[in-house]
Amino acid sequence: MKALGFAIPLAIFVALAIFFAVGLTRDPREVPSPFIDKPAPSFKLEQLHEASRAFAPEDMKGKVWLLNVWASWCVSCRVEHPLLVEMSKKNVVPIVGLNYKDRREDGVAWLTKFGNPYSLSAYDVDGRVGIDYGVYGVPETFVIDKMGVIRYKQIGPITQEALDATILPLIKKLSA
Amino acid sequence: MVSLARILTRICLSLCPLCFSVSSVFPALVFSTEAFGQAEEVARPDPGVEARLKALAEELRCLVCQNQTIADSHAPLALDLRNQIRTQIAQGRSDDQIRDYMVQRYGDFVLYRPPFKATTAILWAGPFVLIAIGLGIFLVMVRRKRAGAETPREEVSAKRRDELEKLLADRGETR
Amino acid sequence: MIPELGHFALVVALALAAAQAILPLVGAATGRGALMATARPIAAGQFIFVVGAFAALASCFVGNDFSVANVANNSNSTLPAHYRFAATWGSHEGSMLLWTLMLASWTFLVSIFSRHLPERMIARVLGVMGLVSMGFLLFMLLTSNPFDRMLPPAEEGRDLNPLLQDPGMVIHPPMLYMGYVGFSVAFAFALAALIEGRLDAAWARWSRPWTTAAWCFLTIGIALGSGWAYYELGWGGWWFWDPVENASFMPWLAGTALIHSLAVTEKRGTFRSWTVLLAIVAFSLSLVGTFLVRSGVLTSVHAFATDPRRGVFILLFLVVVIGGSLALFAWRAPKVGLGGGFAPVSRESMLLANNVLLTVALTAVMLGTLYPLFLDALNLGKISVGPPYFDTVFYPLMAPAIFLMAVGPVASWKQAALPDLWTRLRWALGAALVASILVPLVAGRFSVGKLLALWLAFWVVFAGAVQVWQRLKSAPQAGTWAKVCAQPLAWWGMTFAHLGIAVFILGVTLVRGYETEQDLRMSPGQKVEIGGYEFTFVGTREVPGPNYTAVQGEVQVRRPGSTAIVETMRPEKRTYHASGQTMTEADIDTGFTRDLYVSLGEPVGDGAWGVRIYHKPFVDWIWGGAFIMALGGFLAICDRRYRLRKAAVAAQAGLAAGGAKA
Repeated sequence: MKALGFAIPLAIFVALAIFFAVGLTRDPREVPSPFIDKPAPSFKLEQLHEASRAFAPEDMKGKVWLLNVWASWCVSCRVEHPLLVEMSKKNVVPIVGLNYKDRREDGVAWLTKFGNPYSLSAYDVDGRVGIDYGVYGVPETFVIDKMGVIRYKQIGPITQEALDATILPLIKKLSA
Repeated sequence: MVSLARILTRICLSLCPLCFSVSSVFPALVFSTEAFGQAEEVARPDPGVEARLKALAEELRCLVCQNQTIADSHAPLALDLRNQIRTQIAQGRSDDQIRDYMVQRYGDFVLYRPPFKATTAILWAGPFVLIAIGLGIFLVMVRRKRAGAETPREEVSAKRRDELEKLLADRGETR
Repeated sequence: MIPELGHFALVVALALAAAQAILPLVGAATGRGALMATARPIAAGQFIFVVGAFAALASCFVGNDFSVANVANNSNSTLPAHYRFAATWGSHEGSMLLWTLMLASWTFLVSIFSRHLPERMIARVLGVMGLVSMGFLLFMLLTSNPFDRMLPPAEEGRDLNPLLQDPGMVIHPPMLYMGYVGFSVAFAFALAALIEGRLDAAWARWSRPWTTAAWCFLTIGIALGSGWAYYELGWGGWWFWDPVENASFMPWLAGTALIHSLAVTEKRGTFRSWTVLLAIVAFSLSLVGTFLVRSGVLTSVHAFATDPRRGVFILLFLVVVIGGSLALFAWRAPKVGLGGGFAPVSRESMLLANNVLLTVALTAVMLGTLYPLFLDALNLGKISVGPPYFDTVFYPLMAPAIFLMAVGPVASWKQAALPDLWTRLRWALGAALVASILVPLVAGRFSVGKLLALWLAFWVVFAGAVQVWQRLKSAPQAGTWAKVCAQPLAWWGMTFAHLGIAVFILGVTLVRGYETEQDLRMSPGQKVEIGGYEFTFVGTREVPGPNYTAVQGEVQVRRPGSTAIVETMRPEKRTYHASGQTMTEADIDTGFTRDLYVSLGEPVGDGAWGVRIYHKPFVDWIWGGAFIMALGGFLAICDRRYRLRKAAVAAQAGLAAGGAKA
């Protein structure tokens, strides 16, 4: 009986080692969104290109769409941008941009230079809407369904693997 | 002790652009915080508000530089959130309501004081359990030792042991 | 050429480490003296080659050899020379080489300062250390080669992270690693004892100085890290319960429990299993710390660039070393036997309580540190566990231990009388209570937590003073100095170490309870009063540095009502040329009773800046206390009895003869 007690430290270590092994497959820096399967927060913002016109997520009800958070000062955005441009050319789903904490002129110029995949961009100058969506880095992308419920959040640039493995299948499922 | 290639956290300690790009490019495109808040942040500090802000912000995690509190971080998002908290304090919200606001948007991850729920029960109850186990071990050992000295593996007579202890004591430690 | 030589040296060192591991252990198991005797020379050889490899890498850094990838990524030709040298360990690969160098050094020292130990024991000890060295050398050679070349060579290096361009970088990692790695000696001794199946007072006596030395280094290393964070990071924090900080603190707690447990095993022959387990645990925690920092499993300011391959290797290494040693413990410890008995109130029981409390505290810290990982691995979400949790949990756990710390030295071995203890200590108890009430009254802010913490700290100080006084009084020598010298250094060491803790607690309590700060916008000429001083922001100017350009602010400090400048503070915002990074460099006016801390925020237009000003009372007592603790440890190591080998040999002979006779 007492001899068993001596094996307790070993048992504890084995449990720890298993957790460490699993932990190696995880990314501790990634913060999952609490908005998955919850309605997209409402807002009303000016459009980037036409300040006189507004945009609200309710405008997209009935469609599956992507909300992509981007900025002209963001270097990673350039990495994913070609993929978005390609997506928009294939007309998969409407992509709405959220220009985050940017200067209007810079944002417009950036899109002119690198291509504009967005049906429109909303201009979030002070980042309030970003906070409401739990944005903590740029770029981030939300997949929102016909009912206005957020179904997926891509943290960081969209990669081809993410598109093929997660986003496109999800869009197909939601569009059915 | 940090490789230059992957220092997202380090960047935060200067000016953090919030951008996920870390691989090789440095914040040449650092976004100035001037336009968005530091000016108004420090312009007219109200001691009461600032005290409440400090208490709240010191327990909230900066999402960008994940190893600082929102109180200490220079990241633009931290700045924005501090201003958000000030606004909410001015609007009369309670501390709990402000914390809920943060958790709604960023999840439990943003709280440095983990909430007490089913998943954190072991975390919060753990120390008590450990103390109880410790106390148990202590009592068991004391009782066992009091019951009498158990013979050590090498059979040394008590007389011999006393002689040896005296020898050791003479050279060094008295008492 | 030199990088290749360095690489080759590592390969040779690996071969020697393997020989060091296998030959002596086989020799000890089979009783072949010739094999056992190979341990010392092989250890010396391994040391020479590891030093050679380290020297090779260092010379690449100092000599700006940018064809070596490590140098190109972490250094720069405009970097001042001493930082180029420190950059040798500024990366994952380089720091692993530093680890290995420390390990080889400790191994070498053990091989020299152990002539009086039985051949079998030293063979096993060096053999185990050889095994550990093998692991680290393999790790470097397979996954983290510091000598990898980069062709074509870079024109210029990317520069050492500006945060690390600091004297702290030169000294904190070496001290810390000396501590971490030093526990491998106690670990090796423990395993040697388990393999032999014999654990006695002599074994404890041999282990003690090595363990205390490692503990001293670790104490200093942690204190330096904390001090460095304080002045470098710009917001005056000195401990954040960051996972990597905890990774250094847990071995320290285990080490503290270990040195106390060793004392009991040496003097009374009891607590043997505890001591062996603690020795294994202390070093295991050092290794786990290595894993946590380098595998990417937890987020931390200190985390290195992560590569899953490295994480897997280290984990395998952990499983072999820690799993193996704990399995050995489970198998052999029951046979090792127990020691003498003691009463419920006795020095042994108090030290047992101390051990239990330290172990519980250490487990609690581990729980908090790893809990986010546990939840994430089980897919139960992501949480953060930060200072609010640790502060709530840790201090109440340590409080009883601190209380006992003052009583233990006064209690007798085997059986102590409570009334006797009370008589000796009641004055100190009362005086501590009075002092702990007076301080908040004078300072103006009062709380139960502060009262309790102050009372404990003063209790330790006064009880220690009483003990010193009583002991000196009853000493037979004439003259105070003679009396002082007559007391064993080990006893003075204990007194100082405990005093150091009290000073540390005072520093922490007073600074947390009574610091004041303001974070505000200051225009040139604006004044603000904080902590009894008046701060005037004069303005900023540009100042060039060796490899950076700084915007330097000027803040004049006066006493309110007086025009005389007490101090001029010059915080800076530095932009480093090579990397373009900006760093905040606070200016601190250090004082015995307070620090004044000023740092620049951002420019807010019209020459005005955001400025943070802190008044931190007694903050330097935090690190002062830590250094007093380390001094205590150092005194204990210098005790005469470790240098009198005759006593140890005689004791051994006596033991053997007694065993034969009785």
